[in-house]
Amino acid sequence: MTTRIEARFARLKEEGRPALVTFVMAGDPDHETALKIVEALPAAGADVIELGMPFSDPMADGPSIQKAGLRALKAGASMQRTLSLVKDFRKGDGDTPIILMGYFNPIYIYGVEAFVKDALEAGVDGLIVVDLPPEMDDELCLPALDAGLNFIRLATPTTDDKRLPAVLKNTSGFVYYVSITGITGSAAPDAGKVAAAVSRIKRHTDLPVCVGFGVRTAEQAAEIGGNADGVVVGSALVSAIEASSEKGGGDAALKAVTDIVASLAEGVRSARLAKP
Amino acid sequence: MSQKGQNPVNQQLPNSFRAGPDEEGRFGLFGGRFVAETLMPLILDLQEHWNAARKDPEFKAELDGLNRHYIGRPSPLYYAERLTEELGGAKIYFKRDELNHTGSHKINNCVGQILLARKMGKTRIIAETGAGQHGVATATVCARFGLPCVVYMGATDVERQAPNVFRMKLLGAEVIPVTAGHGTLKDAMNEALRDWVTNVDSTYYLIGTAAGPHPYPELVREFQSVIGKETREQMMAAEGRLPDMLVAAVGGGSNAIGLFHPFLDDKDVSIVGVEAGGKGLEGEEHCASLTAGAPGVLHGNRTYLLQNSDGQIKEGHSISAGLDYPGIGPEHSWLKDTRRVEYVPIMDQEALAAFQMLTRTEGIIPALEPAHALAEVIKRAPKMDRDQIIVMNLCGRGDKDVHTVAKHLGMEI
Repeated sequence: MTTRIEARFARLKEEGRPALVTFVMAGDPDHETALKIVEALPAAGADVIELGMPFSDPMADGPSIQKAGLRALKAGASMQRTLSLVKDFRKGDGDTPIILMGYFNPIYIYGVEAFVKDALEAGVDGLIVVDLPPEMDDELCLPALDAGLNFIRLATPTTDDKRLPAVLKNTSGFVYYVSITGITGSAAPDAGKVAAAVSRIKRHTDLPVCVGFGVRTAEQAAEIGGNADGVVVGSALVSAIEASSEKGGGDAALKAVTDIVASLAEGVRSARLAKP
Repeated sequence: MSQKGQNPVNQQLPNSFRAGPDEEGRFGLFGGRFVAETLMPLILDLQEHWNAARKDPEFKAELDGLNRHYIGRPSPLYYAERLTEELGGAKIYFKRDELNHTGSHKINNCVGQILLARKMGKTRIIAETGAGQHGVATATVCARFGLPCVVYMGATDVERQAPNVFRMKLLGAEVIPVTAGHGTLKDAMNEALRDWVTNVDSTYYLIGTAAGPHPYPELVREFQSVIGKETREQMMAAEGRLPDMLVAAVGGGSNAIGLFHPFLDDKDVSIVGVEAGGKGLEGEEHCASLTAGAPGVLHGNRTYLLQNSDGQIKEGHSISAGLDYPGIGPEHSWLKDTRRVEYVPIMDQEALAAFQMLTRTEGIIPALEPAHALAEVIKRAPKMDRDQIIVMNLCGRGDKDVHTVAKHLGMEI
């Protein structure tokens, strides 16, 4: 069976351009606004949506996404509400892939079996769980794959050729290459090094390779999209939501996010034009 | 809530309680390696070096030398005669790890890990600290070996533990106040992990307790087990037999596992771990993760955690900053579920009373952490026979706590 993620990347391959993968936090700044933002993302130019599952202790995230999670929790976010947000989104959009991203504990407490079932029913397509390396595949990865969800793994600059096969083994949908050693939204990645790493990963897999961590601008997106199959932007969007709270939140947050996404979308669409 | 989230008590009892963890770092359901991919190769590298070091006679010789001449080991096993008379029951012995260099058991682990870090060729050390005892011990070994040291400390703790902050700075460490989250120990640990994930090539993360991803719980336990090994020998020399009961405070649980582990297969030795009950378990202000928490995944391992029904981690509270952590080492979680060790809470007020009692009967000012263990001893000793023996780990001295105690007693100093 072809998943929404696989179908989307196949279509983009035909179009000859990389995907724009956008990350926002479920329930940030509040549930209703977050739903509006997610609903507006595809029209603004997002090809794939990553939806953060708020967690009190996000060890791999920088200040922007840390604060987004805390804002969402303060506004009443929970795993149940995150899943209901996806369900509501699916009422109006049957094609755009949705990937839930976060940490294992809230899933573990929800119950792995119940989570996989409810996520599928809500219309979730894939999972990225930061603190589940391949060594812990029994916990969630294998049950999720069995049920028909994609399990997207992170590969990092420390994942060498010896380790890559283990990382890629149970990965599906796409590979998420973390462009820096560090946390989300920090140092800007070196485009040359990233290109080399993407080529290295592609020697080991036919899966699409998307690149994230530290990508903020349309120029960066265009540059990295030159040889990557997708570019992930998160902290820049989440920061815009934070900044808009001074302008009254709600519609201001919606506009701030869609403006950036539109500009990033132009970036990825020009990516392959810029290259010979 | 999942079934997994409930107490999984029906695990098969092992032949030995001392065989864990397995190769994946599991103690039954607990432990493991729940870390980001960036850190995974580092953790595997650490495991390789640790496996080599523990078999290496040269490593052992170097560690023994530092234990003896730098820390001042073995620490005495002291018969607390006046306290025993006062309580009128079991004989009470203290394992006096508060007499170690830097004033607590924390240095045992730091000396071991800094030797590992050197073997791995790391050039920069990071650590987290709550009360500052582990931060001071880390800064101390970094000064001893000439390595730069960065200590992450919750902004709230930086304020309430000013003397230890100054000690770390004197020792040449950089202390970074953490304002992320709520600015306490768990946030300091998050921030240390964020540093590590950013500076993977140069940096060694010197974790302060027997928790975190495998192999940390195992290697910290091994470095702290010097406490229990010495206690066995000293007890045989003093009384010609093993004690009837061991008691120690558990925050993350490193001093406790250090005392307990060598005795886990001695069925006649009952073992009690004492958690911080704070202001009482019915409210939110305590740190009793084993008594009032549920299994979950945080900071690289599965263990009992204080958390809500959505899996969000709660803040702990204790009068003792060293017990102020919403988790616990995974081996303790397993020892609880297998019922080899009994875990009980002690409230702030009980610990304060015990603190004062020890000061006056024995002339020893304990840290507030072992004062929790002492409060449990005070409850149990009178109910035991006079020929029975309790050993309590007096794991830290109370100099750092005099300001806190004065405040609670309504005195100004």
